[in-house]
Amino acid sequence: MKILVCVKQVPDTNEVKIDPVKGTLIREGVPSILNPDDANALEAALAIKDNDPNVKVSVLTMGPPQACEMLRECLSMGADDAYLLSDRAFGGADTWSTSNTLAAGIRKIGEVDIIFAGRQAIDGDTAQVGPQTAQRLDIPVVTYVQHVEVIGNKVVVQRQMEDGYELIEVSTPCLLTAVKELNEPRFMSIYNIVDACSKEITIWGHEDIKLSPENCGLKASPTQVFRSFTPPTKGKGEMLNGTAAEMSKNLVSKLKGLHVI
Amino acid sequence: MIFNEQHELIRKLASDFAKKELTSEVLDKIEETDVFPEEILNKMGKAGFFGIKIPKELGGAGSDHRGYVVVMEEIARASAVASLYVSSPNSLSGGPLLLSGTEKQLEKYLKPVVTGEKILAFGLTEPGAGSDASGMTTTAVEDGDSYILNGRKTFITMAPFSDYAVIYAKTDMSRGAKGITAFIVDMKSEGVSCGKPEHKMGLIGCATSDIILENVRVPKEDMLGELNQGFTNAMKTLDVGRIGVAAQSIGVAQAALDEAIQYAKDRKQFGRRIADFQGISFMIAEMATKLQAAKHLVYDAAYKKDNNQNATMAASMAKFYASEVCNEICAKAVQIHGGYGYMKEYRVERLYRDCRVFTIYEGTSQVQQMVIAGQLLK
Amino acid sequence: MSVRVIVEKCKGCSICVKCCPFSAIDMENKIAVIGDACTGCGVCVDECPFDAIEKTEDHVKKDLSEYKGVWVFAEQREGKLMPVVIELLGEAKKLAAEIGTDVSAVVCGDEVDALTHELFAYGADKVYQAVHPELKNYRTDAYTKVIEEAINRYKPEIILLGATHIGRDLGPCLAVRCDTGLTADCTKLEIDPDDKKIRQTRPAFGGNLMATIICPNHRPQMSTVRPGVMDKAEYVAGREGVAIRLDVNFKEDEIRTKIIKIVKEAGELASLTDAEFIVSGGLGLGNPEGFELLKKLADKLGGTIGSSRACVDSGWIDHSYQVGQTGTTVKPKIYFACGISGAIQHLAGMQSSDYIIAINKNENAPIFEVADYGIVGDLYEVIPAILEEL
Repeated sequence: MKILVCVKQVPDTNEVKIDPVKGTLIREGVPSILNPDDANALEAALAIKDNDPNVKVSVLTMGPPQACEMLRECLSMGADDAYLLSDRAFGGADTWSTSNTLAAGIRKIGEVDIIFAGRQAIDGDTAQVGPQTAQRLDIPVVTYVQHVEVIGNKVVVQRQMEDGYELIEVSTPCLLTAVKELNEPRFMSIYNIVDACSKEITIWGHEDIKLSPENCGLKASPTQVFRSFTPPTKGKGEMLNGTAAEMSKNLVSKLKGLHVI
Repeated sequence: MIFNEQHELIRKLASDFAKKELTSEVLDKIEETDVFPEEILNKMGKAGFFGIKIPKELGGAGSDHRGYVVVMEEIARASAVASLYVSSPNSLSGGPLLLSGTEKQLEKYLKPVVTGEKILAFGLTEPGAGSDASGMTTTAVEDGDSYILNGRKTFITMAPFSDYAVIYAKTDMSRGAKGITAFIVDMKSEGVSCGKPEHKMGLIGCATSDIILENVRVPKEDMLGELNQGFTNAMKTLDVGRIGVAAQSIGVAQAALDEAIQYAKDRKQFGRRIADFQGISFMIAEMATKLQAAKHLVYDAAYKKDNNQNATMAASMAKFYASEVCNEICAKAVQIHGGYGYMKEYRVERLYRDCRVFTIYEGTSQVQQMVIAGQLLK
Repeated sequence: MSVRVIVEKCKGCSICVKCCPFSAIDMENKIAVIGDACTGCGVCVDECPFDAIEKTEDHVKKDLSEYKGVWVFAEQREGKLMPVVIELLGEAKKLAAEIGTDVSAVVCGDEVDALTHELFAYGADKVYQAVHPELKNYRTDAYTKVIEEAINRYKPEIILLGATHIGRDLGPCLAVRCDTGLTADCTKLEIDPDDKKIRQTRPAFGGNLMATIICPNHRPQMSTVRPGVMDKAEYVAGREGVAIRLDVNFKEDEIRTKIIKIVKEAGELASLTDAEFIVSGGLGLGNPEGFELLKKLADKLGGTIGSSRACVDSGWIDHSYQVGQTGTTVKPKIYFACGISGAIQHLAGMQSSDYIIAINKNENAPIFEVADYGIVGDLYEVIPAILEEL
């Protein structure tokens, strides 16, 4: 069985801070990480491999050359090989364009049985690339997967809903997007790190995956960023003083005065 | 560049591991119960922490001394006692086997240590022989195809829960250091017992005790290395051990510096952050500078080892300076915390206790100075 | 649209390098160079003190005039409309009025007559009905096929879907099939007064940055809209509209997933988005049992409890209670933030509450920056005192 995991290198948005004076994003010193949902996707693939040594796990990403660092981390967790789609022409892609490029890369890699992806990336939060890639490959997709079981050429998954889950059966090949409830991603291991550092990462540009530059990146993206800005924060209100009892009394009387309670 | 991509990944692994597994709740519980959770040891084994620089053929991860230093530093930064569990199989337990073990011995004893299935203690120190290891009085007397061991080893880390111990004993009382031989002793053998665990100042969660040997019969095939070559084996092992303690020292010192900086920024007195007082800010500047110097000594020693250069002096310098500076930094971190730093609720209190032994074990600062001076004044 | 450096004006100050959220700008020979990672967001255009960076428009025009009307995907579960559908209808009405067009709803199910009347009452002028036993429960392939065919036939200019677990599955699939753009999880929609195109604003970077997205040359313009953000449409009893039946045919094996069963678990979510009072807890609670105290206050007010992401990550409480960027967006009358430091991801999900009350030991906690009333103190003392007062 061959499993492909789509991953993305993202800035750790938990570490992003806003310049309080200028109201702009401070990205200096913000580390790049493997997108958290993608780590769950990779773990799901590796767990299947743990139980069946014939399973081969590949990872695929689209991004700048620095994304190799993250791919090495994936190899260090136990993936067998890694592919990077990197080209100036791929830059500035929206989800339409990204899914188009990824699908072209996957076709070049060849037959795969299961594709895992994270539900969404923490920098964009769109959750669109997974299902869109599946559409382009014309394979079934299940999003928000919180449990997976492979039975022969069938996969039985729990699809997380807001108020529970659906138990869904789907045949391979298929694409599944992982939520964090799916599993606990493993650590890298030094055994794998030592091997990972001697592995070759396959890097493909637009010609390798037979896409013309017009069909990639910003040029091919139907959506465009019109403007971006930091969200206005609500003004600071009143700080109450006194003992716990005094502050509580004060608060309740103020709320009553406002007729909200 | 001292570090390559492999080392950077190993550092990331170790720091991720520390952040996720060695949480303050876990560490407080260890401090309270004096028991280190087995579950975390298993995870350390899986991550390859017990065989960092042991070759792949022997079941290790196949990295190097720099990889070892990086793990020790990052784990010690979160928990000094946790780093003790990493150092043991990599240096004091694995070291003697790696240096002198036969193929059979490596298979039988080293492999399970590397995976974390078995624990092996290092029995060199005796009540009357600390810095002067050659003054040991434990004896091994040949008896047919065995040796009979008698004596007492003291302050042996992990002794109470070890499966095996490497015991150094005199096979020729007349030859001093040149009459010492190493043996692998099964801790379940008849005549082996442990003293009661010591009440230590720090490094709570890793028991240390005496090993008492009373007419213990050890088959000749469990002799480690050649007859009367044990002292060299012990000293070479300690060479690597020194780098480990040095790495522990920079990890703990970094933790103390981190705490001090945070506290100096948070704490307000006389209407401003205490960080805004020069008395505090200069202290922090000095701590950071000395830590940086210590780090480079440690990394340099590991680099020399990895490149098969003579690292004896470098390792002693690293251990001497890093452990002393770590004590100084931890003391200053407590000082910056004022009264709170003296309380167990604050992390610096534990750091201060944990680091005290760094200038003592695996060769005191004074022994390191003897080594350094000896190299210089040959 | 793309971003260009005007070389003659660039002074090499590197402000743009520091402000770029995508690390896409480098300095080469003291001149800024825009790299591959540029998304054309334009942050640098505003930041450049020398006006040395400009946006350039691409003028590719297709005939988009055939596309008319605003559509709402009327998501139903177990024969009931999702609350977000009513919010979408409210928003669609506003957008349609500005463009000068009408509002339609698309509803899929095995039985949709009652829903159709409800949709009319909430302001739909037309309702497109897809009725088939296979459409009873949502399945990606079935819904995608039916709605794709409707879009190709009736050509709407805007489609709004709720950003639910279903909407965020269906939307992306439809967008690729219809070869158009989709903007995820929008929190604000506006019509450009000049060209009548939609401007979709959404949070990105974990809520640290807002981006306004346009889809200039493709139709329909599609958005998924975050539940709980838009104002609900007004219910006008007896309001009528035009119902249009869609052709629905499925070939064998065309629907490639099979639902074995549907399991309900938490069921608290609806009460979180609809709650008038929410008492939320963060790591400052110290332990999971702290939520019991919050529950007392919530019960007294007739509200519900909520949580920060940190508590969910620590396994203290179920994900369905999570408020914030990756959880639920709420706008109750009163939001109590107890022991919540106020990370930007959390603020993104509760900032539009009518009144925010923060209780935290740390006087420097960012939560106080958005609080209407701030109490510095131990929540285990303050909350019982509030209970006493109520």
